[in-house]
Amino acid sequence: MVAVLDQPLRVVNVGLELFAAELTRAGVPVVHVDWRPPAGGPDVAALLARLDD
Amino acid sequence: MPVRAVVRRSYYRDSMVLMRVAEALRARPGVREAAALMGTPANHELLAAAGLAADETKDAAPGDLVIAVSADTTAAADAAVGEVERILTEQRPMAAAPGRALPRTLDSALRQMPDANLVAISVPGEYAKLEALRALRRGLHVFLFSDNVPLDDEIELKRLAVDKGVFCMGPDCGTAYVNGVGLGFANVVPRGRIGCVAASGTGLQAVVSRVAALGEGISHGIGVGGRDLSAEVGGVMTEMALEALATDPATEAIVVIGKPPAPSVVPKLEAAIGRIGKPVVVCCLGARPAASAPGRWVATLEEAAEATVATLRAAAWTARPFTDVADVKTRLARARAQTPRGPAILGLYTGGTLAHEAALILEPLVGKAARLVDLGDDEFTRGRPHPMIDPEARAGRVREAGRSGEAGVLLVDLVLGRAVHPDPATPLAAAVYDARRAAGAAGGALVAIASVVGTDGDPQDLRRQITTLEAAGVEVLPSNAQAARFAALVTRPDLEPMLLGAP
Repeated sequence: MVAVLDQPLRVVNVGLELFAAELTRAGVPVVHVDWRPPAGGPDVAALLARLDD
Repeated sequence: MPVRAVVRRSYYRDSMVLMRVAEALRARPGVREAAALMGTPANHELLAAAGLAADETKDAAPGDLVIAVSADTTAAADAAVGEVERILTEQRPMAAAPGRALPRTLDSALRQMPDANLVAISVPGEYAKLEALRALRRGLHVFLFSDNVPLDDEIELKRLAVDKGVFCMGPDCGTAYVNGVGLGFANVVPRGRIGCVAASGTGLQAVVSRVAALGEGISHGIGVGGRDLSAEVGGVMTEMALEALATDPATEAIVVIGKPPAPSVVPKLEAAIGRIGKPVVVCCLGARPAASAPGRWVATLEEAAEATVATLRAAAWTARPFTDVADVKTRLARARAQTPRGPAILGLYTGGTLAHEAALILEPLVGKAARLVDLGDDEFTRGRPHPMIDPEARAGRVREAGRSGEAGVLLVDLVLGRAVHPDPATPLAAAVYDARRAAGAAGGALVAIASVVGTDGDPQDLRRQITTLEAAGVEVLPSNAQAARFAALVTRPDLEPMLLGAP
């Protein structure tokens, strides 16, 4: 079975802060990332997606 | 009218936070209009259209935050702008723990939580792939709420997820439930024995809410994104989710929710369903399954919930147009007494799948007299939050329908749950009230019909939301399918024998 289905959820939230707040309210451990767009915008993000790792 | 603006360089806040900042500014004395947005080219156009462009805003870049206010007086505009710093701080739902900065990257977040098992991603679509790749490469499950992700990127992400043995729920996944935890727009439902695989967020919300009303609960609701059953994506996440639920001891029955699978995906889907030793109900809206297709195929979201619950309880069940015929007759008499102006039905929806379901029901009943609009579609959400979060976009369209006389019947959905608007019925009811008055003044009625997707556990208070709509003269039916059929009945009395049975 896919492992997450029988484990308590532990979440990293990247994006809307409200989702992290709702998870916290529901008692789910969550770390919220203070995300911001990479300097250089979408083109740089596409490049990073290829180069990353 | 005086306009004041401030630009914060290299300062990012998400669209929901910015919507709340703009709301807080609009609520200040003397303020007429306010905007808080990033300086993208599209947003510069919005600023200009709202009369909020100023010298200060001209050279704001996409990475800069723009806040602009127009007010009755210069003093009121200055005072509002002077409050920006405080409002920006107040409107942040997540503050860092004392003495600890919020992490800026996934890797620094993972140092704080090394045993994290899922990454929820809701960044703007053009950045979603990068964040999702980072999570999947680290072997973490992904809930990908972001939309506007190119199809090729979706294929690449899901291929990687399969390699890693983790879920990539989405892109464009509005709702999911993992181990009892709701992600995204999620209704509060009890845990239970029904597992869902959903290519539709609002479809999943409608099914789990009805399941909860029938006294059952949800084990997991794996969202797969709206395109998973397309030929290009090939149903890879649906197949993986079905296999996972098949072996999950908490799941006793499974519901599949979505649009019809592409012909090339049908054999794979049927084979996956056929391998499961548990009851499977399939609701692929608009599908015409072969008689030999495994699983129990149903036509509406409401039927999906009812058929699954009946199957679990080994109870007899058949689909029927309305759950309470006597109640429908009372409502019908009230609606017809208003004399709707014309046979046209206008559907203004926040849930795309609900709009699609209504269209499928109405087309054979009233043909081209019905027009269904999904206000959550990309063309309406560019540069602003989804209408389930920001009800003002639909409110404007509802009022316009009252003035324009384009329809005699207005059909709407109202979706509750965590992370959606805290009180969506109030702005909708106000708009319907205005629209009905405008229609009445022009000499004809606008009959308003709604259904509400929600549970008794939802933060908005399901009962109060329904009461608020009814107080504005809205007929609230128990499901979207029933609301659509009721709309047809209002305009076509000749459908009564078919939909209500013999008098």
